[in-house]
Amino acid sequence: MSEHHEQTFWTKYIFSTDHKVIAKQFLWLGLFFLAFGGFQALLIRWQLAYPEQPLPWYLLGNLFYEGGLMTPDHYNVLFTMHGTIMIFWAITPMLIGAFGNFIIPLQIGAPDMAFPRLNMISFWTMFLASIVLLASYLLPEGAAAGGWTSYPPLSTPVGGIAGEGQTLWTLALTLAGTSTLMGAINYIITVVRMRAPGMTYFKMPLSVWGLWLTSIMNAIFVPIIAAGLILLLLDRTIGTQFFIAGGLATVEGGDPLLYQHVFWIFGHPEVYILILPAWGIVSELLSVFSRKPAFGAKVTVICMCTIVVLSSIVWGHHMYTTGMSPLLGKAFMFLTLLISIPSSIFFLNWLGTLWRGNLHFDPPMLFAMGVIWVFGLGGLTGLYNATVTSDIYLHDTMFVVGHFHYTMAASVLFGGLAAIYFWFPKMFNKKMNPLLGKIHFWVSFIPLNYVFFNMMVLGYAGQHRRLYNPSEYEFLAPISDLNISITIFAIILGFSQLIFAYNFINSIINGEKAEANPWKANTLEWTLEGPIPHGNFATTPTVYNGPHEYSNPAVKDRDWIAQSEPMPT
Amino acid sequence: MSEALAIKDPFGKATTGKLGMWLFIIMDGLSFGGLLIGGAALRATAPSWPNPGDLLNIPLTGFNTFLLICTSFTMVMALNSLEKGSQSGLKKYLALTLAGGLVFLGIQVYEYYHFILDGFIPSTSIYAAVFYSTTCFHGLHVLSGVIYIACILYAANQGRYTAHDTDQVEILGIFWHFVDLIWIFVFTVIYLI
Ligand SMILES: [Cu+2]
Repeated sequence: MSEHHEQTFWTKYIFSTDHKVIAKQFLWLGLFFLAFGGFQALLIRWQLAYPEQPLPWYLLGNLFYEGGLMTPDHYNVLFTMHGTIMIFWAITPMLIGAFGNFIIPLQIGAPDMAFPRLNMISFWTMFLASIVLLASYLLPEGAAAGGWTSYPPLSTPVGGIAGEGQTLWTLALTLAGTSTLMGAINYIITVVRMRAPGMTYFKMPLSVWGLWLTSIMNAIFVPIIAAGLILLLLDRTIGTQFFIAGGLATVEGGDPLLYQHVFWIFGHPEVYILILPAWGIVSELLSVFSRKPAFGAKVTVICMCTIVVLSSIVWGHHMYTTGMSPLLGKAFMFLTLLISIPSSIFFLNWLGTLWRGNLHFDPPMLFAMGVIWVFGLGGLTGLYNATVTSDIYLHDTMFVVGHFHYTMAASVLFGGLAAIYFWFPKMFNKKMNPLLGKIHFWVSFIPLNYVFFNMMVLGYAGQHRRLYNPSEYEFLAPISDLNISITIFAIILGFSQLIFAYNFINSIINGEKAEANPWKANTLEWTLEGPIPHGNFATTPTVYNGPHEYSNPAVKDRDWIAQSEPMPT
Repeated sequence: MSEALAIKDPFGKATTGKLGMWLFIIMDGLSFGGLLIGGAALRATAPSWPNPGDLLNIPLTGFNTFLLICTSFTMVMALNSLEKGSQSGLKKYLALTLAGGLVFLGIQVYEYYHFILDGFIPSTSIYAAVFYSTTCFHGLHVLSGVIYIACILYAANQGRYTAHDTDQVEILGIFWHFVDLIWIFVFTVIYLI
């Protein structure tokens, strides 16, 4: 199926329809925004530790603000755009855009995606969305400032933000959603249609399962938020008042709560949209680096599917404080707490995979095990947010911020980093420096836990999540030292990512050539000698074994067997 | 490859392109669902809601609805002609469908024009906002459909499709029937009840 026509620079690297090239494009885009959004987090932290003091030289304050001083308006832009960028422009392109594209066709033995041209358009739509988003910074009033959730009336021009930054935010998010939907069509149909002979659903690697379920959720929930964003856009542009009510409205009948419902009908599943690929990848990596079959792989898949279903009916837990009827609140609480059952089961499956395994602590494994820890903490602290009584106290505090950074940021990011360290040799045909990788893990893991754990402490002490200046409140005075130490650790965390940046770029340029199967893994992509041509497999592989047949006693002399290799009898 | 290893595909012989279109219309339907349910939620909580018949020209839009249903029929005939090997029939019925879509859009623009002259604009009331956002979102679908039909008609003119290669026309048909079907919902929710 490989194509042999001549390719110019443009068709090979820029407007390529090759899923491997598009994967790299998404990866670069994601890494760029990860750095950008991460840097904004440091600015936020500086303000919380040293309120209204000029930013230091190493945070480049003078570049952005006059005299390095951040105003409340700047601060609003920072936390809004930090959240938006990290979720939709950093994690989404990295996990779903880059690894979805790279892994799915290679692991199921397909020559490419089902719709290669749509795939290319998907990336360039995302690129356009990025330009719209970045352009909003150049507006006189600055970028969006209504929080990443952009609740009306904060996000509506009447009584909220008049600047066009919020309008561009809405437009950029609609475009990014369109890009995601194109990707979702591709991923879903590719898995349904293009699996190699023998690749039954339960022989698909768990990474593919995670990405596939994520795409199904994207296909269901992104269209709903798109409808909501269109209405918000109309409110901002042509004067409709869908989400404006009370004294702000000039016509009767608008409803700001409708936006919250629409947002969270999408927004809660979005958490799982982001985490399912990471879960899949972690489940697979734990098996590879424990040299054992993934414990209860089928049960893990069933749990993931259960979570997909449950996650679509729990959105109300974000709205306990909106005057929701107590009965409805209890129903949402019950459904939300139900999610902990499948989550715990496959959490135990992870531990089961590690149990008595022949553990290899390579960088991908360290990050995968890091996910177990941070996701465990994130999941447990979620219970306090899911329970109505404790959530009413914790709502909109730093506790929530710490919690969702553990689940969404830390777990997904570590999953993504594990994936980068694991698939780098296949993507770039070069080795990464393992020692720097291990250092990178520890200098990320320790400060990260310090930062996010103590954010929850701050929240418990009552610090509001979007507070500009905590020093204005007497009751927050006892935790001002904690605010400072969190910021110091956040800065360490931020700057230690330079080790990764150096390792990543240096390995691409100067790295040693990688062998075809450096991790001795079973899945199909490792049977290919790099660089993999457009069209992937010279002959379509036939699949005989499951993806996690490590240390199978039937195989002599080695502890792995490629999925396309008949099992010796 | 041995028989046992062959993948069983629950979607039978449907082509990949067709599956893609089906998935697309499911997603698109969810967007419409979001708009229609959102509109219904606003209506349920609004202090007052006008009787659509007092504001809108129901007979004219009723005709438009009938017209759109007719274009679904001509779309079926276009595919039917192609399957029988009639290139001229394919082109004729595609052109009729295209014309029907254009007339639909024309009537919608005429309707909007008069509303705007009468001062019924999106910011007039929450009903107007729901009316314009939903019908305009659908209108954009008709417009995309018309452009899509024009592209397929152009390709048909070049003899791109045969009785054994009907896939592209079938995929177009799926989209067009979907746009018609959604209109029935929009018409019912916005104009009738
Ligand atoms: Cu939630």
